[in-house]
Amino acid sequence: MAIDKTCELFDCGHRACGGCGASMAARLLLKASGPETIVVSSTGCMEVFSTPYPETAWKVPWIHSLFENASAVASGIESALKQQGRSEKVVVVAGDGATFDIGVLCISGAFERGHDITYICYDNEAYMNTGIQRSGATPFDASTTTSPAGRVSFGNKHPKKDMPRILAAHGSPYVATASVAYPADFMQKVERAISTEGPTYVQVHAPCCTGWGFDGAKTVAIGKLAIETGLWVNYELVDGEVAKVKKVVKKPVEEYLKEQKRFRHLFKPKLQEEEIAKIQAIADRNFERYGHEIRLPPKKAPEGA
Amino acid sequence: MPLNEGCVAAPGRARDNRTGSWRVFIPKFDHEACSKCGMCQLICPEGCIQETGENEFVPDYDYCKGCGLCAEECPKGAITMEQEEK
Amino acid sequence: MALEIMEGSIAIAQAVRRCRPQVVAAYPITPQTHIVEALAEIVANGELSADYITVESEFSALSACEGAVAAGSRAYSATTSQGLALMFEVCFNMAGMRLPLVMTIANRAMGAPLSIWNDQQDSIALRDAGWLQLYAEDNQEAVDLHYIGYRVAEDHRVLLPVMVCFDGFVLSHTYEPVDMLTQEEVDAYLPPFVPKFMLDAKNPVSMGMYATPDYYPEFRYETDLAQKRALEVIREAGREFGEQFGRDYSALVESYRMDDAETAIIAMGSICGTTKEAVDEMRDAGKRVGLVRLRTFRPFPTEDLREALSGVSRVAVLDRNVSLGAGGTVHRGAVVLEVKDALYGEPIPVLDYVIGLGGRDVRIEDIKRVVELCEAGDGDRFYGLRTEVL
Ligand SMILES: Cc1ncc(C[n+]2csc(CCOP(=O)(O)OP(=O)(O)O)c2C)c(N)n1
Ligand code: SF4
Ligand code: SF4
Ligand SMILES: [Mg+2]
Repeated sequence: MAIDKTCELFDCGHRACGGCGASMAARLLLKASGPETIVVSSTGCMEVFSTPYPETAWKVPWIHSLFENASAVASGIESALKQQGRSEKVVVVAGDGATFDIGVLCISGAFERGHDITYICYDNEAYMNTGIQRSGATPFDASTTTSPAGRVSFGNKHPKKDMPRILAAHGSPYVATASVAYPADFMQKVERAISTEGPTYVQVHAPCCTGWGFDGAKTVAIGKLAIETGLWVNYELVDGEVAKVKKVVKKPVEEYLKEQKRFRHLFKPKLQEEEIAKIQAIADRNFERYGHEIRLPPKKAPEGA
Repeated sequence: MPLNEGCVAAPGRARDNRTGSWRVFIPKFDHEACSKCGMCQLICPEGCIQETGENEFVPDYDYCKGCGLCAEECPKGAITMEQEEK
Repeated sequence: MALEIMEGSIAIAQAVRRCRPQVVAAYPITPQTHIVEALAEIVANGELSADYITVESEFSALSACEGAVAAGSRAYSATTSQGLALMFEVCFNMAGMRLPLVMTIANRAMGAPLSIWNDQQDSIALRDAGWLQLYAEDNQEAVDLHYIGYRVAEDHRVLLPVMVCFDGFVLSHTYEPVDMLTQEEVDAYLPPFVPKFMLDAKNPVSMGMYATPDYYPEFRYETDLAQKRALEVIREAGREFGEQFGRDYSALVESYRMDDAETAIIAMGSICGTTKEAVDEMRDAGKRVGLVRLRTFRPFPTEDLREALSGVSRVAVLDRNVSLGAGGTVHRGAVVLEVKDALYGEPIPVLDYVIGLGGRDVRIEDIKRVVELCEAGDGDRFYGLRTEVL
């Protein structure tokens, strides 16, 4: 199935912050899914910025029930469609809080039961809608309103939960990570997830200018830096096995961290080398695990030096 | 308009909310410099950039929030952000 | 009419089968389990073509039903007590989204302390969720209320989910003769579900949007109006049921030996069976006592109740729940509050008896004793406490 990039199913007029990565994700995923899609949303930024009654931005059938039950609602929809002999695809679109934390019970059940649904988590790495509180997806040392950096704290104490692996371990035939910084790749993964039978999962990195503290014009640039530093890896797991990883020329994590207010305490009032080293170690482990570093031949020394 | 019980609505009304009023900076498109790659149209979070019959990319200023993403990502530097005069 | 002796739960499952839900999602919990086991068997044997979703929790059970109904299918669930409490959030949501469903509640006490035995605390606690609540006295009525429940829930004047409440163990595990309608009879009574709005790519809508203060009160008002309209829709559906099958359920309250009654007992559910026997005995002894049984608690049949109580001198309410903290220094359940509200301005004393909690047996003598206490003006208290353990 070819993706029709001109297909616009997410309407203008929504209330996302300018440059919001989640709104990019909504628009792009609908291009990939096409109109024969039923979307189930969880409570969160995307639901709120797109559906104040009666101004919905969704031009496909869309339902929101609660914060934590989207995959159970989707299970029921998928069962009903099967019973009625209908062919629409069921796509959950939920935030990282809904996915990593409060919705895990329902997600686990739905994946175990093998419903033919695609679950897309737009990962902006915190509970943005309620004011930037940490979630299980918040990266190590990020300052949020419930994991603030302070005199005796460097912010969020826990590393990001490995949700893709958890879902792959449920037997999902297709799990992928993506980024709004690479729209074509994201759309392809959504398309593949939807056309793969069974419960599939796409986790899309969706930089949040408001929550992370950067200029909305930089959403794509920040997304790319996350990947280039190894703090976000774009990969696919087919039947649980790593099938494809986006290769990058490795950059030091500072280049990503220093662009965002949520990591500012690592640079000011003084450089926290030890903490940055811990974050570098997380990136290094990712490179080791996915082997996706492009090693350039060593630069020739300039002549005469 | 009477309520639809259950808080149900058909698409279309989102456009009542003209987000163009949020804009502080306005993107100006240099159609000569543009290579028609379509990147701006693909990434605009508002989906408000249209391709005209003359293959020119133009934003719908009723909805453009002036976020600057298109200007930042345009590989040709064909879009510049200017302070908007209101 | 062919009477069959069956366990209450099995009869319910057979009734649900005849309602032809396309999606069943439920999670086992005592004393509801026999219903969902029987339905699983019915589906496994191909006697009902439905998707039986083996959810991992009650929370998902009701959420899945919500999705199924939103997609245009009739759905079914059953639960009780802790399971119903886990559904709390979804309950409010489904009613607010105006998605019709029938869910059986095998009424059970709420923990703590943990108790698997019967009272009505669980469903009563959800009285404000927007669901219609129907209470059955016996298994025949419990079965019939499922057919009626779907008719009413799916009626476009209502569009609200329905709890059909019947007492756990006392009814769910008891064998009683039941007249099971045939599939043809049920089909003739209960038309297929025609949603007013649904998820459909051919006609996309957004469901479950959020409402700003500019709209929210109107949505709540409209949902409350639907409850009001349900009063008449239930009467209508109950009357038609009577016309077709001989058992008339048009009355929202049932008056038993209320002619010339001085003392009226008000109750819901299976306790009314015992109460009727007690009333008979008291009548034989010359006492002017009657029973007014509430079949619907939501919507509350205020006018019907007022009419049923006209002329009585006192009212004794049997509350199989307690509204902890209600009533100032006295003890009260939730039903009496509604009864007092219905009788506001009438000079009739209304006394409450919190009774039969957590499966404590209520016998004929207890009902008689309640009437004596009421006559003596002693009420608004727990009845039958074992003072020796206090
Ligand atoms: C049961 C429940 N608990 C808490 C909330 C409050 N709440 C609403 S959205 C939200 C956070 C959403 O976070 P996420 O899923 O990451 O989406 P985001 O807003 O970041 O896009 C919270 C905590 C709620 N609506 N329901
Ligand atoms: S807070 Fe973040 S996720 Fe929410 S609308 Fe703004 S940019 Fe998007
Ligand atoms: S400035 Fe932002 S909203 Fe305006 S056209 Fe460019 S990308 Fe779209
Ligand atoms: Mg989030």
